[in-house]
Amino acid sequence: MTTDLTLDGIYTPSENIVARLIEGEVMIVPLTAGIGESDEGLYTLNECGQAIWQQLDGRQSLRAVAAQLAAEYEAAEGEIEADVLGLARELLERGILAEVK
Amino acid sequence: MVRESYTITKTLDHAATRTAQRPRLHRLDLELTERCNNNCLHCYLNRPANDHLARERELSTTQLQAILDEAATLGCLTLRFTGGEPLLRPDFAALYLHARRLGFRVSLSTNATLITPHLADLLARLPPLQPLDITVYGMTAGSYEAVSRVPGSFHRFWRGVNLLLQRGVALQPRFALLPPNASELQTFERWALSLPGVQRHPGIVLFLDLRARPESERSRELAALRCSPEEGVAVLARRGAAYQDEMRSFCARFSRPAGDFLFACGAGRESACLDACGNLQPCVQLRHPAALYNLVQAQPASPLRHAMTEFFPRMRQLRATNPDYLLRCARCFLKGLCDQCPAKSWMEHGTLDTPVEYLCAVAHAKARHLGLLAQGENAWQVEDWRERIENFSKKEQT
Repeated sequence: MTTDLTLDGIYTPSENIVARLIEGEVMIVPLTAGIGESDEGLYTLNECGQAIWQQLDGRQSLRAVAAQLAAEYEAAEGEIEADVLGLARELLERGILAEVK
Repeated sequence: MVRESYTITKTLDHAATRTAQRPRLHRLDLELTERCNNNCLHCYLNRPANDHLARERELSTTQLQAILDEAATLGCLTLRFTGGEPLLRPDFAALYLHARRLGFRVSLSTNATLITPHLADLLARLPPLQPLDITVYGMTAGSYEAVSRVPGSFHRFWRGVNLLLQRGVALQPRFALLPPNASELQTFERWALSLPGVQRHPGIVLFLDLRARPESERSRELAALRCSPEEGVAVLARRGAAYQDEMRSFCARFSRPAGDFLFACGAGRESACLDACGNLQPCVQLRHPAALYNLVQAQPASPLRHAMTEFFPRMRQLRATNPDYLLRCARCFLKGLCDQCPAKSWMEHGTLDTPVEYLCAVAHAKARHLGLLAQGENAWQVEDWRERIENFSKKEQT
């Protein structure tokens, strides 16, 4: 499923989850069965993941997301792109993210 | 540098919201109705399914959905639908869907007799994220219906349970241990522990509560059903070393004199219960008028927030004034073993700070079993309680 993940892809939170911001923390709550490893697990994002997540709006490509973050954070562009791809791959594998066709 | 993982998997008990910045409300119990299609011997509510007055007092779908919306904005993550029997509400599926779409983890306390294929499908497709809390009243038709007092309920219970199991819906059964089913506890436990996904030892309803609203005649009947403190402790201790080990850890954390503040638990601080008529209570059992905040009649634009940030914090400052409570409960080190609280005092005596003799006797029986008290000792008179707890907690784990 993730072999063709590229920076040109556009992604959005899956309809099978609900993302909630609780006291500053993004909490990802599975809605349907089969999200993640168990039917009882919740997910939160680390600081880096949270910054990327907030840009995944289903409109801009991962490359544009990385560029946006590069303008905000002091980090090498290649490193940010790797982080964006890494998070997108992980969330796709867990069924938390969906590609916009 | 590419990170190993960007997501953190958490179970509810380890969600950051419990330890870091707490939300205004972490858990909400929603009593959808006081009515039930069973008429259990031991129930603290018992409103018949066709009680029209009780039904008219219930909140509408729209009112309940608005309360769920506000609870979500306060950061509430865990929601329990309870009753009465919550599945008596024809809008249960709509409320469940609304709650899940808001991102609640939902718990459902039910007798399972009203589970339909449609509802079981829904719970399988959109899992509640917590095992269903199903109370079992007996392992045979005779014992079950001697408790539920409704012919055919045993068959309907098994039909509901099987509909759920066939679809892989996780269950966490508990057993209401009563005279008609007293010989079936082992059978129940073998069955419960054989269910897929059951990890915790199943719970037991053991030390019965009296009525939710003081009613002397029914409360007398309930009191007559109670097991003796020693019988109850024998049931708890049937798990031998596992029980001892749990108690060692528990006593080390919680055993100390309670003092005169009435509220020692999280009721009204991080959790609350909405009764079927729109009264927000600090917990599911405390219906003392001084502890109720009516969400429907409240003036503030955000009544739930007002209750959690203004009303309950003031209520939680209440201190005991009953001399008997101050002499005994406030000075007793068995706090961790005793269920005495304002809710139990309310159900037993209609007050917030009257010692409940049954619970006191149960706590003393537990303490004697664990070697914390000698026969005839009163825990509130023990001066070397720290040493006793320390020695008990240090005993070699088995």
